[in-house]
Amino acid sequence: MSDIASRVKAIIVEKLGVDENEVTPEASFTNDLGADSLDTVELIMEFEKEFNVAIPDDQAETISTVGQAVAYLEKNVNN
Amino acid sequence: MELKRVVVTGLGALTPIGNTVPKFWDGLVNGVSGAAPITHFDAEKFKTKFACEVKDFDPTDFMDRKEARKVDPFVHYAMASTHEAVLDSGLDFQHLDTQRIGVIWGSGIGGLKTFLDEVSNFANGDGTPRFNPFFIPKMILDIAPGHISIKYGLRGPNFSTVSACASSTNALIDACQYIRTGFADVIISGGSEAIINEAGIGGFNAMHALSTRNDDPATASRPFDKDRDGFVAGEGSGTIILESLEHAKARGAKIYAEIVGGGMSADANHITAPHPEGLGAKLVMTNALKDANLSVDDIDYINVHGTSTPLGDISESKAILDLFGSHAYELNISSTKSMTGHLLGAAGAVESIASILAIKNDTVPPTINHFTDDPQLDPKLNFTFNKAQQRKVQYAMSNTFGFGGHNASVVFKKYEE
Repeated sequence: MSDIASRVKAIIVEKLGVDENEVTPEASFTNDLGADSLDTVELIMEFEKEFNVAIPDDQAETISTVGQAVAYLEKNVNN
Repeated sequence: MELKRVVVTGLGALTPIGNTVPKFWDGLVNGVSGAAPITHFDAEKFKTKFACEVKDFDPTDFMDRKEARKVDPFVHYAMASTHEAVLDSGLDFQHLDTQRIGVIWGSGIGGLKTFLDEVSNFANGDGTPRFNPFFIPKMILDIAPGHISIKYGLRGPNFSTVSACASSTNALIDACQYIRTGFADVIISGGSEAIINEAGIGGFNAMHALSTRNDDPATASRPFDKDRDGFVAGEGSGTIILESLEHAKARGAKIYAEIVGGGMSADANHITAPHPEGLGAKLVMTNALKDANLSVDDIDYINVHGTSTPLGDISESKAILDLFGSHAYELNISSTKSMTGHLLGAAGAVESIASILAIKNDTVPPTINHFTDDPQLDPKLNFTFNKAQQRKVQYAMSNTFGFGGHNASVVFKKYEE
């Protein structure tokens, strides 16, 4: 797992209170991991803070699974 | 319209002297002080460095970790005392009409810690608004009854009352009225407060409202003592389940006491100082007695507001003498704030629990920390100094007065068929 993926996973485990093994790339924040709309907003903000990026609202709306978050960050974070 | 009788069928308490009702009562009758140096934040630079904090408390005993993270401490406290009260009441919500069960909850301030944290983050940043999406629903005061309704699935009347230190007494009075008039069968009522943080202590310090007896926190809350120097901040929660007598009887509930009346008034005098002659305090007690159809001679015990401030204790004593006349000397009076500190918006609920238990146990909890008589107070008044007293308590009154000049009092009666 990439560094970004493991940091994303850690944030999701912490914020959503789910087990690590539930956080699969296909897992949807709302359908599989029990997030509501406010949880999802908070997750995006945590990603922004952790990776020091700004995720515009129209981009944030396309991120609904763990895999989508990792892919977005891998593309947009300068390592 | 004939009013229904309303009884108390469940209690829960999370206080600085005990995290359950039995432990709270144990602390009260043994005269335990809940005051100690502040641990919630570094108070080194504050004029007051002590408070009555809740101790050994873990919110995840009452909520899952994910939920606990999304609520302010005043909601953690509310969930804890309500958990105890619901178990105590034996209410089985699965088999009751939950549209007729409500939650009416008081708090003076609500999520002050949340407000402080979020606004500090913003102020310390570069001006980009990065407020947490849970900021508002964590902070707002009415989220406490909201969370209680969600946890238990209760769809009846649901709101908060705000009148500073009278808040949860107002909640109880409202709850009583809704049940009396048939709008609900059961209401989970009470209040919670969690202001022991930089903003809360700093704010009350700036008003010169708090005791600064830093060298001896345990004796700092000394209501009606000559050397009292302000109140001691407290925190916690009290839950009182009110139920119509017929509903309680139908399910064979345990009944602690009957709530027979409530009174409300305003000082209309000053934002924070009490009326010097205690006019608002006299009026609120008068109104409570009238609502309960009682005369002054019926009351046995008054759990007074008695915050340990120089002005407040005098004006409340004047009001009692003025209203009760010679019966004032037959009363037991006590301020349990001498032990718990001042729980602000939760004071009414926690002190009503003390009053209900005084009736149930025929024991009046003391006003501890009495060292020197105050020459401004009538020495014939019985403030139940330093030691609990056994006596028959048929009727008890609980007084609360809030900044803004809000006054609210309730009267409880020993339950009889």
